[in-house]
Amino acid sequence: MASIAEELADKQQEISVGEFFERNKHILGFDSLTKALVTTVKEGVDNSLDACEEAAILPEIKVEIEEVDEKEYRVAVEDNGPGIVKRKIPEVFGKLLYGSRFHEISQSRGQQGIGVSAVVMYGQLTSGRSTTVRSKVKEKDYAKEMDIILDTKKNEPEVQREEVVLWEGKEHGTRFETIVKGLLRRGKHSVFEYLKNTAIVNPHARIIYKRNGDKTVFKRATDQLPEETEAVLPHLKGIELGTLAKMAKSSDRRTLKSFLKHEFSRISYSKSEEICKKAGMEEKTNPGDLEVEDCKKVLNAAGQVKLMSPKTDCLAPIKSMLIKKGLKNVLKGDHPEYYAPPVTREPEVYSGNPFQVEVGLVYGGDLPKDSSVRVLRFANRVPLLYKKGGCATTTAIKNIDWRIYGLDQKGGSGMPSGPAVILIHVASTRVPFTSEAKEAIADIPAVVDEIEKGLRECARSLRTHLNKEKKRKKVRKKFTVVNDILPLIAQKSADLLGKEPPELDTSMTKIMGVVYVEKEYSWNNGQCEIKIDIMNYTPSDRELNVFFEKPYPETELLSSNLEPEHNGDHLEWKLKQLDSSETMTINLEFDGGLEEEDLEGTDVYIEGVGETKLIGAESLPDDWDIELAEIEEVD
Amino acid sequence: MEERYEEALNRLEKIAENFYEQLEDGEIPNMKVPTRSKSNIELDRREGVWKLGDSTTSRSAKKLKSARMLLRTLYMLELIQDMIEEGKSSTLREMYYISEGWDKAKFNKQSESDSLAEDMELVSGCLREDFKLRPEEDGARLIGDITVEEVNRKGNVRKINCRDDVGDSGYTIPYNVESDKVNFTDTNVDFMIAIETGGMFDRLVENGFDEEANALLVHLKGQPARATRRVIKRLSEEEDIPVVVFTDADPWSFRIFASVAYGAINTAYLSDFLATPTAEYVGITASDIMTYDLPTDKLSKNDRKALEQELEDPRFDTEFWKEEIETMLDIDKKAEQQALAKYGLDYVTETYLPEKLGQMGLM
Repeated sequence: MASIAEELADKQQEISVGEFFERNKHILGFDSLTKALVTTVKEGVDNSLDACEEAAILPEIKVEIEEVDEKEYRVAVEDNGPGIVKRKIPEVFGKLLYGSRFHEISQSRGQQGIGVSAVVMYGQLTSGRSTTVRSKVKEKDYAKEMDIILDTKKNEPEVQREEVVLWEGKEHGTRFETIVKGLLRRGKHSVFEYLKNTAIVNPHARIIYKRNGDKTVFKRATDQLPEETEAVLPHLKGIELGTLAKMAKSSDRRTLKSFLKHEFSRISYSKSEEICKKAGMEEKTNPGDLEVEDCKKVLNAAGQVKLMSPKTDCLAPIKSMLIKKGLKNVLKGDHPEYYAPPVTREPEVYSGNPFQVEVGLVYGGDLPKDSSVRVLRFANRVPLLYKKGGCATTTAIKNIDWRIYGLDQKGGSGMPSGPAVILIHVASTRVPFTSEAKEAIADIPAVVDEIEKGLRECARSLRTHLNKEKKRKKVRKKFTVVNDILPLIAQKSADLLGKEPPELDTSMTKIMGVVYVEKEYSWNNGQCEIKIDIMNYTPSDRELNVFFEKPYPETELLSSNLEPEHNGDHLEWKLKQLDSSETMTINLEFDGGLEEEDLEGTDVYIEGVGETKLIGAESLPDDWDIELAEIEEVD
Repeated sequence: MEERYEEALNRLEKIAENFYEQLEDGEIPNMKVPTRSKSNIELDRREGVWKLGDSTTSRSAKKLKSARMLLRTLYMLELIQDMIEEGKSSTLREMYYISEGWDKAKFNKQSESDSLAEDMELVSGCLREDFKLRPEEDGARLIGDITVEEVNRKGNVRKINCRDDVGDSGYTIPYNVESDKVNFTDTNVDFMIAIETGGMFDRLVENGFDEEANALLVHLKGQPARATRRVIKRLSEEEDIPVVVFTDADPWSFRIFASVAYGAINTAYLSDFLATPTAEYVGITASDIMTYDLPTDKLSKNDRKALEQELEDPRFDTEFWKEEIETMLDIDKKAEQQALAKYGLDYVTETYLPEKLGQMGLM
């Protein structure tokens, strides 16, 4: 573990800053008292999550907030990360813009903030107190504890106290505690909301939040760490002039040609030569000698040269299953009726920067019906709580006419309303923020377009669900008619006439007019049992073919009360005759290991009754046979 | 058992029999009910009243809502059967409370059970009085020189003069005003004036307008009850007394007049029985607001909507009403009967009514 901490330390490079930031609290995210608390927690939590993931540790993060005076809070953030080696602690916490990631192009949370040192500075500016940091690496038996402040003139840390302490029960991790001015609020800009949203997109993290003695635990929903993100070289077409100039100044390469070849992605020697030529620059120019004007020429030249798009495999999306788990984990209290399958779009590129969009949508249950749809915005797994109006996510949402997908929307534009939550995650090596405060994503057409496409995919799933639900509701009402009301009508009219109640079967099937299929799962000693009821509630006798899609081709059918024909991944039954108002039950027992989630989306298909008269199952798609034929050919 | 009840029982049993046979034949039970809506009323030119047209609505057990209505129909039918057999009656409100015990057939609001009772009158061709059902509220009041013979609870016939034998509040109209219960003997009035509000009725009583104008005063109490409309109709036809209606000047009061004169949409099937097509509207008209310069209120959004609906209502499709409704929409104002008090308490009886009734040739 120490090796990882050491490695991080080695990567840390100094970046010049100034007093400038002291006067620019808004850029740092401290422009209001409420926001100051959120930012304090955010900087800590983002750091902790990044550190844990790089060290492949499942994060467990504690956040504590306690009011110590009016508008003054003690804030502590503690993690189980790899810890920071002693000599690096002052720099991480006491030097602005000091980080391991500043020259690196990768999808990390760290991009989003200015670093935890800003918190130290804010604490000392508003409460006059230092920040106490404690950190332990696995190899040492003890932890280091320091009180740190920041000399804003020199941008250097000042350690006021340093001690060796025992950290009971802690193998490794870091904790800081500071006192800041702030305001603890509820609502959509609260610390709670930030942590809740963080938990949604970080289902591998366990987050404990203590707030004036109240404790909330966001449980871990998966033990799977996010895929490691690969650091990539910047692409010449996405880079800013200033960054290029900075890189040139600090490059060890001796010639412009090799600088371009080695420090940028997708540039071969021949491409590098082409760029130099187009820029009218000597290939042998020392990159350290490049003036801003020269850099401009290089950029212009790069614009005229055909370059391969940057690699996109450096992004680590959350992916469908974990988005769903995260949403379920945090929203289950609202008992949503539907989770649209989350969408992970293919990576795309905007001005040389790879990015990837993911969208999730949750609907119904106890979610409020009359208010605007709630939008959870994320950039590189970090919640965005502010500047919603000016965000590409909002633009994309407003571009869609949601009425056709089943949500309310005045005039078919603007924010939709209804019982829904929309999640949008944009991952990128360089998220295009609207400003330095990094609170909203800029309206880059390529990005808006991708978000919109993702939204539409989810919206289509919602529409399908709502249509099915509508159909089911109608049938449920009919069930009430035939089960509850019709027998009473028969009984009452018979009583009034002094006769025996009439037979109801034919009237019942005329009212229902459907074949109704019901699927039920149960688990017995780890084995999954599936019961399929097929009820012929139509007035005619029917010959039906029933198909069941096995969740996985290798899933073994242990037993069945009706012997099926095996047909690839499908089991098939030919029911010669199902009389009107009769029910047929198929019981299946599958080999162990199947969980409820494996069975989601497994459908029963029925042949022999039209789609409009079929409830609870799908009618056989037209291309079913073709599909089977193709498989046979491959074999 | 009286013949009218015997007949009611027979007709109700037909409804149950209908359902039973439909089920026996494997059909979906259904009942055809004449549609009670603005689009399904037509003028009976001979009678001069608006009656229900031919269009019907099918209530089929295919849909949950209508299946429930069919079941409720059977429960209500059973209740009526029991009441007739036991010689009891109930108010519409009591029936609604009784239905609380009907489990899957209970109603959500009284308006639903009232409406179903009306449907049953329609389908069976009986009156709800035949079903032993009566409305909650009393009929309204009468004052004037006519004499009524009423059969009281003990079965004795009492003669009541509606001017001399009653207090200031007048003779109260009972819910059953058919000839087995109420008859008119001496009538010494020139016309009757049906008044919307209690305040105005009392004003005319206090000012002695009944004697001064030789009029019968009838209190409508807002939208008039069936018994009130029936009394007006009988007096108009049997005793040949002209009828005028005196209400506020607003769209809702216009509807009160329409239900007295032409019949109400909801009970258009009873128009023969309840409507008095010769009734005339004395005021307050929209033109009166301007002529008499009355204090007014601005029309609300709902008022305007109601007026616009009235322009589509076949009952208001006359020169007079079109003009009045359009004038009201133009001036965007409404007024109460009491607005006449602007000129003093006697103004209505000394100036306004004599002028208006004079134009009609009644004073």
